[in-house]
Amino acid sequence: MIETVANRLLLSIPVLFGVLILGFALVTLAPGDPARVMAGPAAPPEVVAQIRDRMGLDDPVVVQFLRYLGRVAEGDLGRSLISNRTVTAELGAAIVPTVELMVACLVWSIPLGIAMGTLAAVWRGSIVDRIIMTISVAGVSLPIFFICLVLIQVVGVQWRLLPFIGRGGPLWTVEGLRHIALPALSLGLIFIGPVARMTRSSVLEVLRLDHVRTARAKGLSERRVILRHGLRNALIPVVTLIGLQAGYLLGGAVVTETIFSYPGIGRLAVGAILSSDFPLAQGAILVLALAFILINLIVDVLYALLDPRVQRR
Amino acid sequence: MAPDAPLLAVEDLKVHFAVEGRRYRAVDGVSFAVDRGRTLGVVGESGCGKSVTSLAIMRLVSQPPGIYAGGRIVFGGTDLLALPEGRMRALRGGRIGMIFQEPMTSLNPVYTCGDQIVESLRVHSGLSRRAARARAVELLDLVRLPSPAKRADDYPHQLSGGQRQRVMIALALANSPDLLIADEPTTALDVTIQAQILELMKDLQERTGTAILLITHDLGVVAETCDEIVVMYAGTIVERAPTQALFADPQHPYTIGLMAAVPRIDVEAERLATIEGSVPPPWAELRGCRFAGRCPLADERCRREPPPLRPLATGHDVACWYAPIERRAA
Ligand SMILES: Nc1ncnc2c1ncn2[C@@H]1O[C@H](COP(=O)(O)OP(=O)(O)O)[C@@H](O)[C@H]1O
Ligand SMILES: [Mg+2]
Repeated sequence: MIETVANRLLLSIPVLFGVLILGFALVTLAPGDPARVMAGPAAPPEVVAQIRDRMGLDDPVVVQFLRYLGRVAEGDLGRSLISNRTVTAELGAAIVPTVELMVACLVWSIPLGIAMGTLAAVWRGSIVDRIIMTISVAGVSLPIFFICLVLIQVVGVQWRLLPFIGRGGPLWTVEGLRHIALPALSLGLIFIGPVARMTRSSVLEVLRLDHVRTARAKGLSERRVILRHGLRNALIPVVTLIGLQAGYLLGGAVVTETIFSYPGIGRLAVGAILSSDFPLAQGAILVLALAFILINLIVDVLYALLDPRVQRR
Repeated sequence: MAPDAPLLAVEDLKVHFAVEGRRYRAVDGVSFAVDRGRTLGVVGESGCGKSVTSLAIMRLVSQPPGIYAGGRIVFGGTDLLALPEGRMRALRGGRIGMIFQEPMTSLNPVYTCGDQIVESLRVHSGLSRRAARARAVELLDLVRLPSPAKRADDYPHQLSGGQRQRVMIALALANSPDLLIADEPTTALDVTIQAQILELMKDLQERTGTAILLITHDLGVVAETCDEIVVMYAGTIVERAPTQALFADPQHPYTIGLMAAVPRIDVEAERLATIEGSVPPPWAELRGCRFAGRCPLADERCRREPPPLRPLATGHDVACWYAPIERRAA
């Protein structure tokens, strides 16, 4: 187990390095001059030149990159060009809401997707199966921003059931829950489809295997056969799928947070990029990449926990 | 139930499959009986309906596409085909245990061997977790796995094929069944391991008194282990006899052909050394003897009228118009 984690962490180092290069390149090559942003549109050119000099923007790219690496290693991600607060402080404030959104999204969508997929598999070909699969396909094919807008329009504007702007506080407060409901619902809806479809096909495949016949020959109830010897084994590919969808989830979070003005990393990243706040954009991208690596690490651990054949290798 | 009634009596069992509008007669009128503590062998080529017959006894033929089209399966005095599912479930893994052909895949890869035995014990006897665990280790010891307490914590992939089949046997015997159904238990194993597993089964039978229904396509296997043998062909029984009688004096042309395929048989089977042709597809509407298409003796009558299974000598039943067949000793 520890070996699995260590291996995965080693493998993440090149990924992380790539992300650092990418984040740096995006900012360096992007149109717009950070010094100009910092100085403000009315500042005279001499002031801008002074700032460029102070920030080392005229040095060779490699030197700039190494300097950037050095700072990142020290945990110094610079200051936001807009708010002048440190990037780490800005990111720190945004991480908690995003983690809350992820939790609020996954905590209902994954169990529901798995339950739907299992039911569809058990009642294969029935009307239940068809309804579930139709919902799943719809969830996969509708773009996330469309789901968000429909939910805002119907639940938020017409029914006035739930707020749809911003965050209401920590997740364990009533207002926090009410505010996170619609973003978590939107983000979860895109997740249910793939999970349900993968679970369905995986359960169907497992139920055909020999060990399931053995389970029946032991005299187990059908329910026990399906849950303990069907679904339990079928979860292995489902977990892999969830890992593969992690990038999708993070992308969805960026869209969802932006539409719902939810103060998380995703909205922070979009805002930073749109306002040419380069240090903040770099930092946000770095955090998103770290989140991607972390999700995959969790998936690997889960995978090893679910499949003893992996664990002992 | 009369005291001399057999433990299991399969009477004119018919199991069909409805696939794409066609009806496959996988098992079409099979009858045999297994007495307490005895071993009955069922032999026949692959596809003749052996596995379907054994699954039917457990009532594990999937419906659809399977159809129990007729007959009875009387076990301990009750017809299993008429039993409510709940009571049938209590028999599965309880009074009837089953071992399958594929030791590599018949155990669940995500649970330890011990846990899989514990599950069966607890479902049937309501033992405490600790008692069940102790009993599971005992069972693994019974099937002669070395260091059984350690093996109980192993996952199936950590064991060899022969060891896994021993675990399967332990699992099937967990609740001291009256009947053990073994569907090709040694087919997937090396020859030396095959012999060990068969010996183990015989030995366990002597200690536990369980009856065994041993299914195989290998005459060599039944010769050494069975009291009585049933020969199946294309979903029907063509010959049924005590082992001695069958090997000494095979009567059905198909049996004679099968034996010619086994070395060391001392009868010269005229022109049947290899059985030409192949099994008729199970959907074929055959009016006469199903073996007629491959039988060197077949004539008009064979193709027209199915020969009934009729007694020749004591306990030796044959479904062939030509029986008793005259043969020269080699
Ligand atoms: N689930 C099923 N659906 C359709 N046909 C089946 C099914 N199971 C078995 N059969 C058919 O029944 C026949 C007998 O199969 P089986 O009992 O497995 O043979 P064997 O004697 O080799 O064990 C075969 O022709 C097989 O194709
Ligand atoms: Mg078979």
